[in-house]
Amino acid sequence: MGHTLVEKIIGNKVGHEVKPGDIVTVDVDWCMIDDIMVPFAVQKFEEMGFKEVAKPDSVVLIYDHFLPATQVDDSRHFRAGDEFAEKYGITRVHRTDGICHQLMTEAGYVKPGDISFGTDSHTVTYGCVGAFATGIGYTEMAGILGTGQLWIKVPETIRIEIDGTLPGNVTSKDIILKIIGDLTAAGATYQAIEFAGSTVDAMSVASRMTMSNMSVEAGAKCGLFAPDEKTCDYCKIPYDDSIKALTPDGDASYSKILRYRAEDFVPVCACPSLVDNIKPVSDLKGTKVNQVFLGSCTNGRLEDLRAAATILKGKHVAPYVNMIVTPASRKIYREALADGTLEILSDAGAIITTPGCGLCCGRGGGILTDDEVVVATNNRNFLGRMGTSKVKIFLASPVTAAATAIAGEIVEG
Amino acid sequence: MSRIWKLGNDIDTDIILPTEYLAFETVTEMKPYAFSPLRPELASSIQPGDMIVAGNNFGCGSSREQAPEVVKALGISCIVAKSFARIFFRNAINNGLLLIEQPDLYDEVNEGEEAEVIPGKEIIVNGKSYPIASLPDNLTEILEAGGLVKAMRKRNGLD
Repeated sequence: MGHTLVEKIIGNKVGHEVKPGDIVTVDVDWCMIDDIMVPFAVQKFEEMGFKEVAKPDSVVLIYDHFLPATQVDDSRHFRAGDEFAEKYGITRVHRTDGICHQLMTEAGYVKPGDISFGTDSHTVTYGCVGAFATGIGYTEMAGILGTGQLWIKVPETIRIEIDGTLPGNVTSKDIILKIIGDLTAAGATYQAIEFAGSTVDAMSVASRMTMSNMSVEAGAKCGLFAPDEKTCDYCKIPYDDSIKALTPDGDASYSKILRYRAEDFVPVCACPSLVDNIKPVSDLKGTKVNQVFLGSCTNGRLEDLRAAATILKGKHVAPYVNMIVTPASRKIYREALADGTLEILSDAGAIITTPGCGLCCGRGGGILTDDEVVVATNNRNFLGRMGTSKVKIFLASPVTAAATAIAGEIVEG
Repeated sequence: MSRIWKLGNDIDTDIILPTEYLAFETVTEMKPYAFSPLRPELASSIQPGDMIVAGNNFGCGSSREQAPEVVKALGISCIVAKSFARIFFRNAINNGLLLIEQPDLYDEVNEGEEAEVIPGKEIIVNGKSYPIASLPDNLTEILEAGGLVKAMRKRNGLD
């Protein structure tokens, strides 16, 4: 019997074949700790009685949710991280560089076949390069800091095959939202998702990131793409036999296989307040909006900003709409500045904010109040996520978001 | 006996503890805001020893461990749900909070009723027994140690 991609990645690490249900202890290649969780992880690490960090070079601290700080005491988290890094010889500390899940691959850390854990659920994003990556709590992170290892249960795999050419106004965001709607918010719990097919092969790594990122919204443990030449270009590594081996076997066993035709997809939104409450954008036409948010680790990349700029060029957002654009990283911010994308967005009336998590986690600028409506390109529309529990959050693609900003109501791009 | 508080499906971690309260230094400060987006009165009504009964996918969403910590700090003795989200499940066990998957209880009991929980065996409500499974050995060890911190302290020769 052959192996799925996640079985190959884990099997390579532990040095023997694994099957779903096996409980194995793995050596961890990368630990990502974000600013919200730093003080808690440090506290647990010290309570556990460790004297040193097992592999300081595997640890990356990233300050993103709280930068720039908006509440008194937030900066305490940066100090806790800096002191911990200084004390235990951790040199990889990012402040003001962007969102953790963008940086972990963009800055050259996570590569195909690696095993990564992070203190944030969207750690699954690194599956875009064929790495096993998932979110954990700060207590488990403290344990990894001390031991360099963690136990995991080898998951079953759901395979999702998408073939064909997408309609022009459909992006990978629409695909993953549709899949979450079909699987439901718990449909992939404890399982890996493996994406494949000609549509996926034709996608940029950035578009794949969006889908890996939101795998967790169906409950998945990871959302994987087999690495290809594009992945290797992005990771700046050779496309050699070790990479080619990270391909699922034709006779691998799956818990479920879903097949889609790319031509059947339409622009969709996740409607309040569940990620699996998916409706076609055309059904929501006429829904007035107060704000549009373009950003986050889901859709704050250069191709997302460019897609919005293409629609907004020479136009203006509706007079009663605040449009907030938050590039996912400093690198993206500078690239979008250099190629004129930010100028177009600014001319159209958008606010360009500092790179980071921004509004997505309800901490950055743009909080809303009762009965207000926001169309946002991030990954969660939970109650109270962007202000009061009566704010209505619709999740959409950058294309839908840009068209909606101009119209002042939800429309297709 | 434990008094039942009943919640629905997909109780996410933003409901259990919203982001704006995550940076409080202690769980004691976070406690009053538990479940506030959904039921602002709940945190002050829960008494130590009470239990939560919920539907599918309890604890979905973010990896914030403050969520199970705050539930434990409220004195909740266990959560019985049809299913749990993966990260919440690990975080709860690592904090010594007992989680039990049971497919039928949620549909058959009411808030305010009393339940008797016999770990690894059954839950009894209104005289009816609902069978429950045992946890895997590695999780039972963590739970019995009182959580992962205590298990690691033992490993490091401190306790």
